[in-house]
Amino acid sequence: MGKPILEIKDLRTHFFTDRGEIPAVDGVDLYLNPGEVLGVVGESGCGKSVTSLSVLRLVPSPPGKIVSGSILFKGKDIVPLREWEMRKIRGNSISMIFQEPMTSLNPLFTVGQQITETVRLHRGVSRKEARSITLDMLKKVGIARAESIIDEYPHQLSGGMRQRVMIAMSIACSPEVLIADEPTTALDVTIQAQILELIRRLNEERGMAVMMITHDLGVVAEMCHRVAVMYAGKVVEEGSVHDIFKNPLHPYTQGLIQSVPRMNETRERLYSIPGNVPILSKNMQGCRFAARCPHMMQRCLEALPNLKEQEAGHSSRCWLHETPQEDAV
Amino acid sequence: MSETLLEVQHLKKYFPIRKGLWNKTRGYVKAVDDISFSVRRGETFGLVGESGCGKSTTGRSILRLIEPSEGKVIFEGREITGLPDEAMRKQRRDMQIVFQDPFSSLDPRHSVQRILEEPLIVHGIKSRKERQQRIEKLIDVVGLTRTHLHRYPHQFSGGQRQRIGIARALTLQPKLIVADEPVSALDVSIQSQVINLLQDLQNEFRLTYIFIAHDLSVVKHICDRVAVMYLGRIVEIANKHQLYDMPQHPYTQALLSAVPEPDPDLKRQRIILQGEVPSPANAPVGCAFHTRCPKAMQVCTEVRPQLLDTGGGHMTACHLYTPASSGME
Repeated sequence: MGKPILEIKDLRTHFFTDRGEIPAVDGVDLYLNPGEVLGVVGESGCGKSVTSLSVLRLVPSPPGKIVSGSILFKGKDIVPLREWEMRKIRGNSISMIFQEPMTSLNPLFTVGQQITETVRLHRGVSRKEARSITLDMLKKVGIARAESIIDEYPHQLSGGMRQRVMIAMSIACSPEVLIADEPTTALDVTIQAQILELIRRLNEERGMAVMMITHDLGVVAEMCHRVAVMYAGKVVEEGSVHDIFKNPLHPYTQGLIQSVPRMNETRERLYSIPGNVPILSKNMQGCRFAARCPHMMQRCLEALPNLKEQEAGHSSRCWLHETPQEDAV
Repeated sequence: MSETLLEVQHLKKYFPIRKGLWNKTRGYVKAVDDISFSVRRGETFGLVGESGCGKSTTGRSILRLIEPSEGKVIFEGREITGLPDEAMRKQRRDMQIVFQDPFSSLDPRHSVQRILEEPLIVHGIKSRKERQQRIEKLIDVVGLTRTHLHRYPHQFSGGQRQRIGIARALTLQPKLIVADEPVSALDVSIQSQVINLLQDLQNEFRLTYIFIAHDLSVVKHICDRVAVMYLGRIVEIANKHQLYDMPQHPYTQALLSAVPEPDPDLKRQRIILQGEVPSPANAPVGCAFHTRCPKAMQVCTEVRPQLLDTGGGHMTACHLYTPASSGME
């Protein structure tokens, strides 16, 4: 495989609030290969959304700020770019779809107006051409009455339809990377199946790389080639979808996978991870998961383990892998 | 087989659509359109379906938090649909509800102590000591501690708030709890904690649950019998093994096949439904599902199928399973 199209290196995005500095993204390393679907999973507050917003520099500032780290798009660091330079990338090379399509579409403009704006801005085509490109896009994402939908307002559409419109808008300029932040969380299962099918098709047909942010392990198993699991602002495990589901190494990943009920098996009782997600702060020590971990050792409280490759293409951040002799204690 | 605790007969809830200057009724949203089912003592009865199918309205109509338009609700052999307000209020000691959103269902200005004590005062438990004993026992039972009693809802996480919501529902030692999407707003690791808690409580207090949810794998885990709803109607009722192993109604089949499974090796034949759920204000004539059904026949567009027993208590409302003789008439 060639060079990654998107590479995040030691990214730190902190929020400066009244309660102090909150390290929402605390040294994240991720990469996305061309044509790949990468899943970023974790529970609320783990920093998965802030990571994706950081890539497009959409973190509300203040209070948020990228403190350090780099984001390489095709080898070029986009963190130091100025706002006008960033605008050329957003929507054009990297675009994003959000969880709630109602709040991310402008209620005052028709669907057509919103998509043609993007197209005209980035492609510099005439109004007429832009409209025909828009129509084309709407049809591509499976909107049946594209000719009439193009002149309708977002409130006239259903949730699934709005998400299709969002996707049409985000792919209108043929981006190389699509970031999908919980794209189907607000949708019903039968509509979710339609949207996932659409994203998969776009990935396969156009070779568009997708970074899929989600908390739904079912969606990950179905859609992704590679998976990164995040916990409390850090990546704790990363590997192929098969590695993550069949041979999870980090105790958090193991717990997460065991705690979801499945349709093809019956269990008396679900496994559950005790306790709650920790409150993030600047002076956290040791492994973030230590307090909830069934294998906690003294060392875990003192020092933070590194994300290390344990087998080919499969990394985990845990002291257990490095001190097998202490395992039995 | 154990006795029936609750029986719902031909329940309907129509919401009028009012328009214009004089607020004339221009039609009805048929949120619940003639449904019947019964719940046995000690079982967990699941109500599943996509948004807008009427599952929550059904749950609330049973408790008469929403007044049903027509039909009967019979609890322990006594019809409660016609009860005057005061008698109904007393009746609710036996029937409680847990809401989906643990953020908006607890009064932010009341301490946990007060939230749990209020139902006891309202229902006439005069001795302060007795109230305190009950509250302290409850808070233990749901896995919180006594020090939590003097805190306010905003000081708790989502999972802890849901525990408080459950404790509140339990204060009056009800027989039936309607749990309306109790774990949908929670993270996976917290979700399994709450599911386990609900099961423990059921065993300890011999509770009967009506479990309303859209997550089919959670429903399979926790429920004994399941009813699938579509556009205000029940399309299929069966015990969970029948339903998940041999779904009969084409909608149930599609719904089950659309659920993404957390297993990357599982390759299933997916039925992707075309289109979206029609508006309940203008439901299709005949079978409500015929507009999206891959197996629709002429008769489906004309005659509404009845919910019939196809053997072993497996009830389906579909013309594919209607005996030929009655189908021809």
